Amino acid sequence: MDRAFFEQLAMPLFDQLYNHACWLTGDRADAEDLVQETYAKALRGFGSFSEGTNLRAWMFKILRNAFLNSRSGLKQKTGYLEDEEAGTEEAVAHEVTPEALFLASESQEAIFGALESLPVAHREIILLCDVEEMSYREIAQVLDVPTGTVMSRLARARKNLRAALGAKEAVR
Amino acid sequence: MTACSQDRNMLATYLDGGLSAEQEKTLQEHLLSCPGCAAEIAAQVRLRRAMKPAAMRFAASAEFRRKVQMQTVPQRKPGLRWFWPAAVAALAVMIVAVVWTRQSTLRNQAFREVADLHVSDLASANPYDVVSSDRHTVKPWFQGRIPFAFNVPEFSGSEFTLLGGRLVYLHQQPGAQLVVGAGRHKISVLIVQETPELGSGLLSFGGVAVRDSFNVETWAANGVRFYVVGDAEQSAIHRLAQSLQGVNK
Repeated sequence: MDRAFFEQLAMPLFDQLYNHACWLTGDRADAEDLVQETYAKALRGFGSFSEGTNLRAWMFKILRNAFLNSRSGLKQKTGYLEDEEAGTEEAVAHEVTPEALFLASESQEAIFGALESLPVAHREIILLCDVEEMSYREIAQVLDVPTGTVMSRLARARKNLRAALGAKEAVR
Repeated sequence: MTACSQDRNMLATYLDGGLSAEQEKTLQEHLLSCPGCAAEIAAQVRLRRAMKPAAMRFAASAEFRRKVQMQTVPQRKPGLRWFWPAAVAALAVMIVAVVWTRQSTLRNQAFREVADLHVSDLASANPYDVVSSDRHTVKPWFQGRIPFAFNVPEFSGSEFTLLGGRLVYLHQQPGAQLVVGAGRHKISVLIVQETPELGSGLLSFGGVAVRDSFNVETWAANGVRFYVVGDAEQSAIHRLAQSLQGVNK
């Protein structure tokens, strides 16, 4: 497949990918490396990309794999494993009421802070779902896990986020 | 409110659009009757809306965007980029080479003929049709024999001596050959009507050139071409050429 076609499809994803890379790495230089690597790999693999499949999910997946293999990603890898092993029994954070959640949502700073405090696997899945507005199926493609895993991980991630927001709110 | 058994995740999944149509319908009915779940879902909606700016929190520098764009942008096939300029350049070189070769061939032919005439004159037992050191004798002799006129400078008092003249044919054209002595050397002055063919080959040529061990200077004036050729030194050839140019402007 030709480069012009690739550029036409892939460049519109640039802002999303860069933003997502920054959220994953927490570092702009690392994010630039990731994005560049993503485009290079995507371009190389574009031949194997069949039209009709989801290019956005495909590129986010490349970005994610690049991240997992990167310096900053390797540090986080254990986090991923722990996340899966933690299983059902998590320390239940104190109950955060809808009212507290509502209040916390008023501060963008608090939301960004809470997102940043999450393990990368949780931050990632919340961003993919709530910010990038991907469907469960797309997220499953990006994370390379079954849809069921997406749903359960998402539930844990949201619980975590809520707890983080509630904690912020409680401190305030 | 707190007694509601509805799972928060169910509400989140509902917002994600992850419920089946049937589940959705049931939940929607429940929300109408459960203020607790209604508040919860309102808070979740609010949170999601508040999270949207995370999508635009980090913007890449224009420089980095360009970098990725350059890396991604279709690079024109190198062949196409240099083919036409190269082809044009090659064609131009060929044309120049052909023209130059043609001109230099013409020039070489012309000079060869001139040199041949000069040599044959030197070798001839009867080198002159008109033997005279007097330009007033030589010049009129050519009248009617050649289809053009030329002037002969006054040689008396100069280093040159007019020895004589004869009728020659150069490029199938009748022309005049004057033989001028310079010390012990003989110099031929060949005068022919200028033709386009000769001109194209010779016009660019200026000054004294060395051809086949002869020194040659050529120029054209008023449709008449002059060759000064001989084994005299270059400066002598040039001085003779100048004195001829002086009277044939």
